Amino acid sequence: MHVLVLAEHDGDRLRAGTTAALGFARRLANGDGDRVTCLVLGDSVATVADDAAAFCPVLLGSHADLAEPLADRWAEVTAGVVRSESVDILLGASSTFSRDILGRAGGLLGGAMASDVTGFLRDGDRLVWQRPMYAGAVTASVVLHGSPLIITVRPTAAEPPERNSSPAAITPINFDVERLPTSTGHLGLDGRPSHRPDVTEARVVVSGGRGLKTTEDFERLVGGLADRFEGATGSSRALVDAGLTPNDLQVGQTGKVVAPELYIAVGISGAVQHLAGMKNSRVIVAINSDPHAPIFEVADYGIVGDLYDIVPEMIQHLDAD
Amino acid sequence: MSFLVLVPTKRVPDTDGVIRVTPDELDVDTSHLSFVINPFDAIAVEEALRLRERREDVEVVVVGIGGEAYEDELRTALAMGADRAIRVDAAEPLDPWNVACILSELARRLEPRLVLMGKQAVDDDSAQTGQFLAARLGWPQATFASRIDDSDHGAEVARETDHGIETLSVTWPAVITADLRLNEPRYASLPGILAARGKPIEEMSLEELGIEIEPRVELVGLQQVSSQRTGQQLETVTELLECLRENTELF
Ligand SMILES: Cc1cc2nc3c(=O)[nH]c(=O)nc-3n(C[C@H](O)[C@H](O)[C@H](O)COP(=O)(O)OP(=O)(O)OC[C@H]3O[C@@H](n4cnc5c(N)ncnc54)[C@H](O)[C@@H]3O)c2cc1C
Repeated sequence: MHVLVLAEHDGDRLRAGTTAALGFARRLANGDGDRVTCLVLGDSVATVADDAAAFCPVLLGSHADLAEPLADRWAEVTAGVVRSESVDILLGASSTFSRDILGRAGGLLGGAMASDVTGFLRDGDRLVWQRPMYAGAVTASVVLHGSPLIITVRPTAAEPPERNSSPAAITPINFDVERLPTSTGHLGLDGRPSHRPDVTEARVVVSGGRGLKTTEDFERLVGGLADRFEGATGSSRALVDAGLTPNDLQVGQTGKVVAPELYIAVGISGAVQHLAGMKNSRVIVAINSDPHAPIFEVADYGIVGDLYDIVPEMIQHLDAD
Repeated sequence: MSFLVLVPTKRVPDTDGVIRVTPDELDVDTSHLSFVINPFDAIAVEEALRLRERREDVEVVVVGIGGEAYEDELRTALAMGADRAIRVDAAEPLDPWNVACILSELARRLEPRLVLMGKQAVDDDSAQTGQFLAARLGWPQATFASRIDDSDHGAEVARETDHGIETLSVTWPAVITADLRLNEPRYASLPGILAARGKPIEEMSLEELGIEIEPRVELVGLQQVSSQRTGQQLETVTELLECLRENTELF
């Protein structure tokens, strides 16, 4: 079995979701003769290739025309590699990057795809994939028909593998630049820089909901509490819709899925669409003035009360320690 | 030639409904559920209508793929203002690949300049169909759109990514998938609802389209997920921090 992992990176290093996907790949390809390869695409991404080579052999496609992860180009190159390298499973971390590019590659490769996979079982020769449906209300077991298989895996479903002491080989790939699609262009990325970690990569996530009245309150209370744990801030959809928080903070069915050591929900009611993104966190704390808020049903600890009283008190206690 | 916008719409359980697995663990019990247009597809319908309000030559064609029950949702889309509705008669469930195959055949016949659809359906949450379709057609794609600025030759699309808002340019014909913040869908007006009653829903069979269903995704089991939390109510911040000290490795 040959598993190819498409690397998502920041131009310098692999993103954490990709290293988790490499761990998942290794669990899949654990038989004699099985192998895992990482495909790194981009422009001037030698450092990313070095980072990946600590885990497994790397195929490197570096070219100015691949500088931005445009789905049509990247999927074309990826599908080419899948065919020429006889890849059985094309894998990536669940993220907007993979949904976009691996989805398109899946369309070029016959559509045997499962998204947001959380685990798998071997049933004789077949692989049975587990994935959430209906905002996580149910877990489906699915068998895919066709080859290759295209899988996106929840970063929370696997641990990153150990780094090898000596790096694996990095091999450049061949592709015909002239034949890459040109009907999509990248005009810019408005990524607000933040001093906090990404919500998917932090051990502690403090999220705010409509209980917060202003951007300043969010920053002072939710941000302030997160900073006491060196954690990340997250948000319900309601606050993103209201323009109080940027979209990349949204946790939930249609936002990011997180499973930190500690998740603190501040002024969030606990709609199923929000729970879909955080209910597998190890410890969940809810702070809400409504004792009947559904968030309490998935929480380990809850305090009923006004967040404008409770959160400052928490910050004060943490500072006193 | 008009600027045809094709909007695929899926029929899904209302997002407020409680999802229960059937005793054989192979399906969801739909007997008590009400159905709606997939919320992301409703956003796509709305955006197509706004496009028609901006440009004169736009024709909005909604398509549903499934049994007769789909006509309710297609009529809702007509009542919102869509010009035409097509139902491709097919037995469900269909996986994203099969839907993309049907849609690409429809696109070959209708020659839309734009396929505008939801970024995911809230039942299976796959988020694959738009990308499959764009790949099959060889068209540019802009997924997870939160703003579309159209021009004669294409559009600038703002898309919601994990790392912020990315702006892309695409040329027509293109596939664009809608995210939540693209717009807020209108409700059908009473005159709209009355007018929609009179509009025909065109029907097509898979045979007519020359399509044979080859399943890619076989569902072999469904399991209900339930929370196993203790849900301890605490009175004070001191108690809470004590619990966290004992039960996490953060301090
Ligand atoms: C298709 C679809 C997809 C969706 N995807 C997502 C998603 O990915 N993520 C997501 O989060 N939502 C999503 N939603 C929206 C979701 O259904 C809810 O509307 C949303 O999560 C509610 O956000 P909220 O909890 O902040 O607001 P509300 O539901 O309004 O809750 C606010 C809470 O704050 C409490 N509160 C108010 N003031 C105070 C105070 N002073 N102190 C303490 N508590 C206070 C209230 O008691 C209440 O419980 C989606 C919806 C749809 C239809």
